[in-house]
Amino acid sequence: MGGKKVSAHKMNGDKVFDVVNYALLTLVVLIVLYPLIFVVSASISDPILVNSGEVWLLPKGITLEGYKSVLEYEMIWVGYANTIFYTIVGTAINLSLTLLTAYALSRKDLIGRNVFTMFFAFTMYFSGGLIPTYITVKNLGLLDTRAVMLVLGAISMYNVIITRTYFSNNIPFELQEAGFLDGCSDAGLFIRVILPLSLPIIAVMALYYAVGHWNSYFNAMIYLTDRNKMTLQIFLREVLLLNQLADMMGSADTDEMLRIAERQKMAMIMKYCLIVVSTAPILCVYPFLQRYFVKGIMVGAVKG
Amino acid sequence: MQTLSPEFLQKMKVQRAEQRRKKILRSWQLYLFLLPAVIYFVLFHYVPMVGVQIAFKDYRARAGIWGSEWVGLKHFKTFVTSFQFGQLVKNTVVLSLMTLVLGFPLPILLALSLNEVGNYRFKKLAQNLTYAPHFISTVVMVGMLTAFLSPVTGPVNKLIVLLGGQPIDFMSKASAFPWLYCLSGLWQHMGWDAILYLSALAGIDVALHEAAQIDGANRLQRIWHVNLPGIRPTIVICLLLRCGQLLNIGYEKTFLMQNSLNLETSEIISTYVYKMGLQQAQFSFASAVGLSNTVVNFLLLLIVNSISKRLSDTSLW
Repeated sequence: MGGKKVSAHKMNGDKVFDVVNYALLTLVVLIVLYPLIFVVSASISDPILVNSGEVWLLPKGITLEGYKSVLEYEMIWVGYANTIFYTIVGTAINLSLTLLTAYALSRKDLIGRNVFTMFFAFTMYFSGGLIPTYITVKNLGLLDTRAVMLVLGAISMYNVIITRTYFSNNIPFELQEAGFLDGCSDAGLFIRVILPLSLPIIAVMALYYAVGHWNSYFNAMIYLTDRNKMTLQIFLREVLLLNQLADMMGSADTDEMLRIAERQKMAMIMKYCLIVVSTAPILCVYPFLQRYFVKGIMVGAVKG
Repeated sequence: MQTLSPEFLQKMKVQRAEQRRKKILRSWQLYLFLLPAVIYFVLFHYVPMVGVQIAFKDYRARAGIWGSEWVGLKHFKTFVTSFQFGQLVKNTVVLSLMTLVLGFPLPILLALSLNEVGNYRFKKLAQNLTYAPHFISTVVMVGMLTAFLSPVTGPVNKLIVLLGGQPIDFMSKASAFPWLYCLSGLWQHMGWDAILYLSALAGIDVALHEAAQIDGANRLQRIWHVNLPGIRPTIVICLLLRCGQLLNIGYEKTFLMQNSLNLETSEIISTYVYKMGLQQAQFSFASAVGLSNTVVNFLLLLIVNSISKRLSDTSLW
């Protein structure tokens, strides 16, 4: 009898726990979701209604005016084209280097493997810093070239470690030995045996690197001066964060004032549109690829 | 067994060296695989590390890194005695600690909470949604902050006015900066940081939970006594990595959030390095400032790592 009472009490306690837990999680999800929904809603709403604060969740007075003005802004296209170029070529370079390095480091029979690992890993904890790196880039004649955007960060040791862990945990060494007995060279083995077995990790790495290229702005800001080589994020920064200042510095001329007022009106929803336009590619592939992102973290979690 | 003659031992040694040489030669392709990485790390990491000597010199572009004149600790002294020094260190430490204190425990709580959800679809949905903002770029993140908090058109201030308050220009408020920085970082990365703990939680032996249940432990007790100890190594490693990066606080976001009105709290060492070095071309002074930061950071990592090694047998290397 007594035992039953205790377990009933416990059931109640667990139920309360569940209710509280679900409620809190729902709250967290809403907090995360709300700004995202708001951005999309605001981007397709009437700018006047957005500015006067009548748009709270769902779009009002639907219009594509904002997107039209965004797409008419030529630099966005330049930035888009450049970013796509840097992302594709840069990711290809990242992947080749990461896979080659990780594979060589995963081979337990490689003499000097630990020395190489330490040599590379030290850079994760200690660096020359911004200025010496800048001087190095300058001395190499890479300032204001497209190459600097591809070469800097060409390989991330963190990703090499994840990939190496994947190789040594998921591809049995016996398989490689069998390859050697069949007269395979290291390169042949890598291409014919290792790569086909590593598609999940290749996908993960491609995504990590590609998102990094897509989102980065700092290198472009520091090393590039030619506007035709600039990335999307640089132009985004100009519009999202710097134009405000430019607008405020307008003169007292009435014509000018009107123009500024008109621009001001559009400015806000243009920003929301730009956010959508620049983030859309990632958000589009996101639902299909998210399981890979997670997988990448899981693989990395197994400490190598 | 016979004793081995010195000649035989010598022969063995030679033979082993020969074998080793052969083995190295045989894997020449693997060394070729490593070549690009070696070149990359030498060019873009070790050369700048050598170049950091300009922190102890008066760098002149014409004389180059090696030809410039040694000045010892001059730039370090200038930095330490400069009037910004206290402010910069304070801002950097405050921002770092706030990020750690707010940003470290919440992903663990989120993971523990998600782990208790029985409904598979809700769990997946919540997980996927909470880590989506991780992929938003820093520029867009700060752009969103600016737009949301705008005193004229931002929804946050609209709400404040609706509730009868006065609009506040959050982005220009020095006292608001660290909070905005940390809370927006939390919003963006909490879900992503939780994934690691979730995967660790998934690896906890079910038998432990069953045993605890038989002993009469309720949900909270099981979380406390089974789940938390189960993910302790993961927590320690993450904490270590965090502490190792403690003062390496992201200048990318800070720089974007800066304006002339909030500099009082938003000027941190790394943004100062950027401004002094690249905007004002004081290469040597900026390198000295940057190097002090790196060294302090590296020492911090060594200390934390050795403490952890002693206390919990978990360490980075």
